[in-house]
Amino acid sequence: MPTNTFKNAFMAAVFTAVIMMPVFGLQLMRQGAQTHLEARWDLVAIAAAVVFVFQLLRPWLAKPFQRLKTSVPVLPAAPTKGRKWVFLLLLAAAIIWPFFSGRSSVDIATLVMIYIMLGLGLNIVVGFAGLLDLGFVGFYAVGAYTYALLYHWAGWGFWEALPFSGAMAALFGFLLGFPVLRLRGDYLAIVTLGFGEIIRLLLINLNTLTGGPDGISGIPKPTVFGYEMARRSREEGVETFHQMMGWTFDNQHMVNYLYLMALALAVVTLIVSTRLIRMPIGRAWEALREDEIACRSLGLNPTRIKLSAFTLGAMFAGFGGAFFAARQGMVNPESFTFIESALILAIVVLGGMGSQVGVILAAVLLTVLPEVAREFAEYRMLIFGLVMVLMMMWRPQGLLPMKRPQVELKQ
Amino acid sequence: MSETLLKVSGLTMRFGGLLAVDSVGFEVKNDEVFAIIGPNGAGKTTVFNCVGGFYRPTGGEIVMDGKPITGFPSHKVATHGLVRTFQNVRLFKQLTVLENLLVAQHTQVESRLLPGLLKLPSYRRSEEEALERAAKWLDFMDLRQYANREAGNLAYGHQRRLEIARCMITRPRLLMLDEPAAGLNPQEKRDLQALIDQLRREFGVAVLLIEHDMSLIMGISDRILVMEHGKPITTGTPEQVRNDERVIKAYLGEE
Repeated sequence: MPTNTFKNAFMAAVFTAVIMMPVFGLQLMRQGAQTHLEARWDLVAIAAAVVFVFQLLRPWLAKPFQRLKTSVPVLPAAPTKGRKWVFLLLLAAAIIWPFFSGRSSVDIATLVMIYIMLGLGLNIVVGFAGLLDLGFVGFYAVGAYTYALLYHWAGWGFWEALPFSGAMAALFGFLLGFPVLRLRGDYLAIVTLGFGEIIRLLLINLNTLTGGPDGISGIPKPTVFGYEMARRSREEGVETFHQMMGWTFDNQHMVNYLYLMALALAVVTLIVSTRLIRMPIGRAWEALREDEIACRSLGLNPTRIKLSAFTLGAMFAGFGGAFFAARQGMVNPESFTFIESALILAIVVLGGMGSQVGVILAAVLLTVLPEVAREFAEYRMLIFGLVMVLMMMWRPQGLLPMKRPQVELKQ
Repeated sequence: MSETLLKVSGLTMRFGGLLAVDSVGFEVKNDEVFAIIGPNGAGKTTVFNCVGGFYRPTGGEIVMDGKPITGFPSHKVATHGLVRTFQNVRLFKQLTVLENLLVAQHTQVESRLLPGLLKLPSYRRSEEEALERAAKWLDFMDLRQYANREAGNLAYGHQRRLEIARCMITRPRLLMLDEPAAGLNPQEKRDLQALIDQLRREFGVAVLLIEHDMSLIMGISDRILVMEHGKPITTGTPEQVRNDERVIKAYLGEE
């Protein structure tokens, strides 16, 4: 055995050296106007040595953990009793919280709400219906651009555009559904991935319509019952919200308002998707995920069921997109890259496919942690990847796995 | 009650160069138990898949209750009252036993979006009725105690019964069972025979059956179709089939 350990350790060290070389070994140094490469072989050597020693000692190090392995802390599966009260309490806290909080944290919380909305939307497609969708960001983009374009070309406000954003995204979801009806698993993932990219490339290249890579800016924030929330109104002589209320203008109001709206949208998404999964259509999604042939043998039309999952999931992404456009005040294709799709998917998988509480928890974690860990900005993706690997090893079912049963029969 | 329910004529299925089913024809009458037997690879399951809409037959015609259903997709076939079980049980394993029965009622319940989202009275009533029907079938199959368990965790015999219940809850006219006794112990086989008998008597459902277990087949079938190499050899009552030279040859080989 010792020779084997030694061999493993040696190989691990060699691989470490190879991987480390381009990452840490060659560093860009800036001197005045010039940039040149500086080789840091010492860093590579240290890393290789650390890995070598660690691998060599691993059998001994692992011993005390052997016992631990059986008792790795396992989060309890989400409890059902009193769920409603917990939900209402949390909701109340979430509503009051921004008024006692700083601007930046409310901003982050707004982002969290957007991701909750997206996560819950994708959860319908991936978690409930079991259709792996890697192009979800495409629908998000469609929603955002629908509002942006309606504003840009027709001068529509947020509230008029919101239903259209949802509808447009749903339409795109429906259209994407058709070609992928026969596909499953890997093939489906690749086609949806392509779809997401097509949307992004279209947005870049339809210069005259979408403004190309620059996107569209100056998108107005949502109004409050028709009153604008800004220091000065866009049109002369029109009263703004703070004037009407007799307040002095404060940027924090706008931030809080946006947060509360995002919260409202996220809550609506949560409630609707919770109802959906208990409805016949939700059961059909799950049945389709389990066994499509059995579904067909019982008279369930797989086409309609799949399309409904794609359409409804995309609709929520569309709402999220419209809100995103309003919050940013501008949209460009940069916001809708594949990494965004991957992040949303990570939220769903990390949370536990099909579990809404899990998705919410994961959305909070994956949005807040990177913000908190700003100092480690360079290592963010590294840590992110590491967390994912560890999660999949220890808890492949996600943070809070889906709770069965949805319906119970009293004995 | 001896009208023809299902009429299959000249059914042919070709996979590339392989002629899996060659002009098979038979009729299933109302509330009849009709069995298809034959050695392995005779094309029995292929006939099933053609009738059930899982394959589009190369030739021939399938008529259900006077309506042609040839080449219909399987979910359409099911709405005509033909529902099947599978050789290797296909339950929705991660759904509970109860949910399996609820899903099966999809075409009968209020499944539109708005009534469900708004919990309209029509939706509530439809869901309550679905639950009641499911409960009734669980009692019938003696599975009620497992209602809230994941279907995949049931004992194999129970899974088979659940699969039949899941078919019956769709109120089929013709129940197609693909080797329902496979993997069952002798006691369970006797129960199965009693169950099929009961289903036919109480619910007036016709049964189309593929099975290898001869004692079950002979005990339960009204008529039997024997197939070999994709071709029908003979059709008749258990007595006739048992004494048919060609059938004995097909099963035991020639001297």
